[in-house]
Order: sequence, then C-alpha cells, then structure tokens
Amino acid sequence: MLQRLRYLPFLPVYVAVYFLFLYLPILLLPVFSFNDAATTTLPLAGFTTKWYASLWGNTVLLQAARNSLVVGVCVSLLSTILGICAARAITRYRFRGQKPATGLIMAPLFLPEIIVAVSLLMIVLQMGLELSLVTVILGQVVFCIPYAMSVLVSGFEGFDRSLEEASYDLGETALGTFRRVTLPVVAPAIVSSLLVTFTISLDEFILAFFLSGTEPTLPVYIWGQLRFAAKLPGVLALGSLMILASVVLLTVAEVLRRRAERRTRATLAP
Amino acid sequence: MSSAAITSAPDAPKPATGGRWRHSEEARGLAMISPTLLYALALLLVPVLLVVAYSFWTQNYLEIDRSFTLENYRQALTEPIYRDLFVRSLWISLLTSAITVGFSYPIAWFISFHGGAHRNLWLFLVTIPCWTSYLLRVMSWKVILGYGGVLNTGLMSVGLIDQPITSLLYNANAVVITLVHSWAAFAILPIYVSLQKIDRTLIEAARDLGDGPLRAFLRVTLPLSMPGVISAFLIVMIPTVGDYVTPKLVGGKDGVMIATAIQAQFGKGANWPLGAALSVTTMVLVSLVAAAVVLSLRVAVRRIR
Amino acid sequence: MPDRPMIAIENVSRFYASYRALDDVSLEIGAGEFFSLLGPSGCGKTTLLRLIAGFDVPTSGEIRIDGVTSTLLPANRRPTNMVFQNYAIFPHLDVGENVAYGLKRLKLDAAEERRRVSDALDQVRLTGLDRRKATELSGGQRQRVALARALVMRPKVLLLDEPLSALDKKLREEMQVELRSLQKAVGITFVLVTHDQYEALALSDRIAVMFGGRIAQVATPKEIYQHPRTRKVADFLGGMNFLGARLVAERGSDVAVETARFGTIRLERPKGFAAPDGRVTVGIRPERLRLLWDDERAPHELVGRVENRAYFGEVTHLTIGVDGLEKPLSMIETNDYGADDLPLGAEIRLAYDPEAFVLLAEDGVGR
Repeated sequence: MLQRLRYLPFLPVYVAVYFLFLYLPILLLPVFSFNDAATTTLPLAGFTTKWYASLWGNTVLLQAARNSLVVGVCVSLLSTILGICAARAITRYRFRGQKPATGLIMAPLFLPEIIVAVSLLMIVLQMGLELSLVTVILGQVVFCIPYAMSVLVSGFEGFDRSLEEASYDLGETALGTFRRVTLPVVAPAIVSSLLVTFTISLDEFILAFFLSGTEPTLPVYIWGQLRFAAKLPGVLALGSLMILASVVLLTVAEVLRRRAERRTRATLAP
Repeated sequence: MSSAAITSAPDAPKPATGGRWRHSEEARGLAMISPTLLYALALLLVPVLLVVAYSFWTQNYLEIDRSFTLENYRQALTEPIYRDLFVRSLWISLLTSAITVGFSYPIAWFISFHGGAHRNLWLFLVTIPCWTSYLLRVMSWKVILGYGGVLNTGLMSVGLIDQPITSLLYNANAVVITLVHSWAAFAILPIYVSLQKIDRTLIEAARDLGDGPLRAFLRVTLPLSMPGVISAFLIVMIPTVGDYVTPKLVGGKDGVMIATAIQAQFGKGANWPLGAALSVTTMVLVSLVAAAVVLSLRVAVRRIR
Repeated sequence: MPDRPMIAIENVSRFYASYRALDDVSLEIGAGEFFSLLGPSGCGKTTLLRLIAGFDVPTSGEIRIDGVTSTLLPANRRPTNMVFQNYAIFPHLDVGENVAYGLKRLKLDAAEERRRVSDALDQVRLTGLDRRKATELSGGQRQRVALARALVMRPKVLLLDEPLSALDKKLREEMQVELRSLQKAVGITFVLVTHDQYEALALSDRIAVMFGGRIAQVATPKEIYQHPRTRKVADFLGGMNFLGARLVAERGSDVAVETARFGTIRLERPKGFAAPDGRVTVGIRPERLRLLWDDERAPHELVGRVENRAYFGEVTHLTIGVDGLEKPLSMIETNDYGADDLPLGAEIRLAYDPEAFVLLAEDGVGR
C-alpha cells in the first residue's frame, strides 16, 4: 500500500493528522474525567475516580438518565418500525410518487435541525398538547427515520426477493414467510438500526431542548450544567460514559450490519 | 428486453380490475410506505407548512392575527441585527462546508483508492466520532480552545508561549473549527461513495492516453466524483447554517448565528411569526447560496477538462 | 398434443402498462413431459413461468393446473415448485433445514420428515451434507439443494427458471445429463425456461420457442430443429443459410420453389403457410452442405470459393462464395479430410440434398 503511494508521500501523514483531529475531542473527555482537578488544564494533576462517584448520588441526573432511556427505547422502536416499512417499500416495489415520498422522509438529513425543532414546537403547542417526553419521542422519530432507513435499505438491498418467493412456492403463507425467512435474514440490519437510532436519540439535544418541557433528557441536563464551571468535571465523567455507550452500541451495530451483508451476498448465485 | 416487443398500445386493456389490481406492485408499495409517509407528512411537512403560514401572520400579545402581511419579512431582512446574523450564518456555513469538503476529499480518496481490504473499517473509524454526542464534542472543543484550556495550558507548559492566547475561543473561527469537526463524516461518506463508483479502468485509460497522475485525477477522477462533492457540500452547508449549540458554546459575542435569534422568538421574545419568518428566510437564503455554489463548482470542473 | 394436459394455458396475456410481456398465449403441457420455454431475453418465457408458479397474475386469460383453475391461486396453494435462477437458498438455514422448509407446513412426524429430506438429498447426490451451512456451498451444490428442496414437496410440476445459466460450461453439461435422468426417475412434469437452444434441444420432450410475448412454434426438438416454421425460429436454433425463392407450383401440401443456384426444389408446405406475392424464403442448415473431394460425385452439386475459414477443433466452419447468390453460404465440415487446410480462395465443389431445405414463413406469419 505504502509503496503505491510513492507519488504522495505526505498522504499517510495527512491521514494521521486528520484522524488525530477527529479523535482528539472525544478522547480528551475521558482523560480529564479521571483528572484530579476541577479545571481542564495541562499538565494533568493526578488520577481520581471521584467525579464518577459523584454522579451516583445525583437524583436529578439519574432521573434525566431514566428519561433518556425511555425516550431512546421508544424512539428506536418506532423509527425502526417505520423505517422497515419505508425501506421495504422502496427496495422491493416500484410505484408512482416513490421519489417525492422518499425525499420527504429523508428530508430531516438536509434540514437545519432548529427548523425541524421550531416547526414541531409550533404544531405541538398549536394543537394544545403539553410538552413532555412524548413530544420529544414524536420529534426524534422524525429525525431518526432517515438514519434507520439508510441502515435498513443497505440491509434489504442484499435481500433477494426470490427468497420470499421460494418460501411461498414451498407452501408458506405471507405471514409465515415474514416470520421464517424475511425476519431472520434481515434481523441483523434491524438490530443495527435499533442500536443506531437509540444512540442518536441518546445524544440528540436540539429537539429534546425544544420539546421536553420539564422532563430533561441527559443532553438537556448537561446543557443546564454547562453554565456552572464547578460542575464541569462531573459533566466530563457523565460525557465519557455516554461516549463509551455510543461507541459500544455503534460497534455492535456495525458488526451486525456487515454480517448481514456478507450473509445475503454469499448465498446468491454469482 | 427486445425493443421490438415494446409496442405502444393505447387500446391495451387496463389491468386495474378488482382482485388483480390488489396484487399489483403499485398497490403493495404504496400500502407499505404509507405509515412512514403519513408520519412524515403529519410531523414534518404539516409543521413546516405551519411555519410558512405563521411567517405571514402577526402576533398581538397572546392573539394571532391571521391576516396576510409581509411585515415579518420586512423586519427580518432590514433590521441590522438580523441582517448581520444572516450574513454571518451564511458566511460561516459556506466556509465550514468548503473547508470540510476540501479537507475530507483526500481522506475519502485515500480510503477509496488505498483502503485495501479494510475500507469498511476505515469508514467506520471515520464515522465513530460523528456518531457520539454532538453536545459533548462541542463542549470538548470549548475545553480545548478555552483561555485556561488544553491548548493554551499545553503550549505554556512546553514553553512555546508564556501568555494564554485569547483569540482561540469565542469567535467565528472557533465556530468554524468545531463545525468542521462535527460534519467531517457527512462530507467523507458521499465523496467516498462517488469515488467508489468510478470504474478504475477509466483512470487507467487516461494514463494510457498520456495523462500524468495529477492530470488524470483532474480530468477523470475529480469530474466523476463531482456528484459526491456536491452532495457533501449540501449536506454540510444547509444544516450548519441553523446550528444552535456551537455558536452558543464556543461562538461568544462575535460568533452568534441566526439560530440564536430564532430560538429567542420562541422563548423570551415570544414572537412566533417573526421566528417563523426568520426560519423561512434562512432556508431560502441558504438554498440560494447553495445553488450558486453548486453551479460555480460545475462550471469550474468543466473548465479543467 | 398430450392426452391429459397437466398445465393448460388459455389465451393468457400479461401487460405492464403498455408493454406486452405476454400476448394471448395458449399452450398445453402434458403430464410427465419435460417441456422447455426457449427464447431470447425479454420474450416472455420467464413471465409465463411465473404465472404458472403463481407469483404473478395474468391481465387476461386462464391457467389450469391438473384440471384446477389456478389463475388467481397464490403460489403457496399450487402443486408446483420452482428452482430459481439464483437458487434462492435461505442463507440463515443449513442444507437440511432448507430442504425441510416446505415440509414443516405439512406437520409430518419427525422420522418421516427426516426420511424425506435424506431421500431428496440422495436423489440429487448430496447425501450426508444436511448440516452444511448454506453459505458454504459451491454453485453446483446450491443448485442441487434448490432441486432437492422443490422435489421433496412431491410437486405435480417442477418449474426451472434458467437453472444452469449461473454454472460454468463443464458443470452445466454435467447437470444437463443429471436433470434429464432425474426427470425420468421422478416422472413428473418439468417446465424449463432457457435461452440456450442446445440445452432445450438436449433436455426436452417438447419445446415452445417464444418471441416478443408470443409463441412462435411448439414441437419436439427434432421437429423444431429440422422443420422450423419461421425464419426467426430457424435462426434462433442454430446456423441457417437463408435463400430468397419464388413459388412456382402448388399441389395439395406440396409446393415447388425456384431458387437462384439450387434450381427448383420440392418442399412440404407447413400448415397455414401463405405467400400471396409468391416470394418465399427457404433455408438449409450449414451441416447439410458437404464438400466433395477429388473426383467424388453427387447428384446435386454447386461450385464455389472458400472466402473464410474458422478452425473449431473437431470441425471447421467455412464461408463459401457462390456466383449468383446474394450472400455466401456457411457450412460445417469435419476435419477428417483436411477442410482445415483449405487455402482461402480455393475453388471447391459442394453437395446438397434438396430434401434438406425447409420452407420458412416470414415472422409473425403462420403461427
């Protein structure tokens, strides 16, 4: 590989610097979360786990964590189910209006999040609804469906429709075919979508900020804490835990997604 | 499919009869997508249309006056504070997307052409930081760039500087740095995808016809990867124009962007029609700038050939 | 025509918007027949197979399977099973589970199910491979699993959608022999879709040749090769020298045509053949022309020059220019006497048998 890059000897260096730039911020948080000082200055002061310990007795934080968990589970389930419908429709069928429909569903990827948030806030208040975790869930689902879709579409594309036809042909009903063939084959993509959307929901701030009312999720809680310099180390510890959770969930999701891809590819004729 | 078989048949019997139609792809496809589509209609399209509607209305204390007016737009476009915010937001998003695309292209190229068997792993490593909490990453930049932050104290402790640099945080540069970091993967992925689609023999053909590596890149690879560059540009530029967290946390007074003003109209200011007009204006302006950029990119690439 | 049709297709059409995938097709396939649908891609053969399987519904017309009207019956309620072009082996199941997939619905007792699975695997020579993962099979093995999975259901009709097209040449020829003997052994109706004329000729009891959503001819392999009804059928089934000719006499089912260099030829007139302006096309297969060496004589001879020569190992393909013919003739000659060494431009004599000519309808006429 390096030999082929003899024209561009600086490229590997560039790549290394770029990755350092990408990873520096998310690696710094854990480093300082173990630092025995209330400020984030170099050199490091010493090792401590007291910031992590301080999280444990914080009931407001634990409540926010519980809220985030509830929202995350609901959002990942809802957006994945809706994502399955749409992904299946566009990978399996051709119909009029497919392009505009897909465009609308994917639009949140291309919109400033604040505009999605503001418009949702307006419609929720216009309809006389109370801001609550329910409104956060409804809003985050809109935002998560495009991500669920991109994971699911890549999983479903490898899924050959002749597998389902083979099942009908062997006497199975539509429901039985879904249970015995479709679901098991695309299961990894579905689990991957659940994990990805859960992660997005867990980390999502703007929509939660506008729509959560008096029940903060974790990012909204962190936002509130940022005003107080003294709370910074605790936030760093909490943030490190969240980053760890994200990385673990995403790694599992990626492994599953790739396994699904390999499997569907391997059994189709060359 | 032989072309002779495709005959135009205006008198062909219509297949849309009873039971036979329900078997059709059309019906099944529509039925399948309808839950998601209805959800998006109800919670995306309708709300956005409501915002557009509100932007033409007026708010009197708690009452909404629904008679049509352009007053909100007059305010949004002429009041100096909003005008400054629009200009700065557009400039920052333009700068951010240009830098992001520019710095990401070599990475996408490297992964596509030299990633070998581990391309997927490289891509995964690129995306990981972008999937972690946005709020936390912005916070981390604040920690890095702050007056008593990592960069200043680090440079001082190795003796490169003896006074903290004050110009790192709370300005437009800090906003751009943070946004470039946030959106890196969103730029790399579309460029990578379009690079992957390029038939490698085309590049070999260019070399075979006498182009050096640089000329082959400029005349074949770059033009063919343009769709990816353009979608990378759009996917970074349009969302960043309305970013709220970054300017709030690292922007300071000189880095305030339009989202702060929009948010204010829905919070303390409580002037929804003005907030709506600011939102719509933001979208229209950013679309115009994006269209101009796309056009000029296309022209620029055509020049190279 | 078979006595008792296993499959009866009656005036079936399938339109997609204005595209006519199938246009008023009628066909009967007998019980125990090995039947092939042959044609170029886009001719409607796969559409017809999918209508028989129940994956699609005709725009108009009826389909009966074993006497039961099945036009709108879904695939899972038809006594047909399919071997898919890409085999559609379930990737999450092993070989045994794939084969047992349809049996699960029948709620057999465990021992019976196992017995039927292992019988089916024996039948396709995959004995003992039932725990092999679906992802670890070769192309040929996947095809055998697909066959076993369909046959284990004991269908009345087995449908095969280009089952050999994904295999390399050598394996394909092996599988052809096996498919033929498998069909003889199980004795059920096989319907094969293929675009490979040699495959259709080698395997089938009867062949339907299709073009543009219509059936051009249904006949036995020999009949269809030796007496193609139309120019297109003749062309699709192998090389053919086409000659313009003029109708000079008609008596009952016999006609006489006059050709440029082959003289007047007597031919049998196919049913429904018409040539209102008296202009017809006749054809002769390249292998029915023969080189004459030295002083060998034949009742019907022609003189020509070698214009081109291609060596194919056991045979040589020659292009022979003949004065007075619009196009040179192609012929195939074994290499026993040195046809591969003939110099270009060499003058040769060739023999032909007037009986070997066929009268061909123009396309769309004489269906």
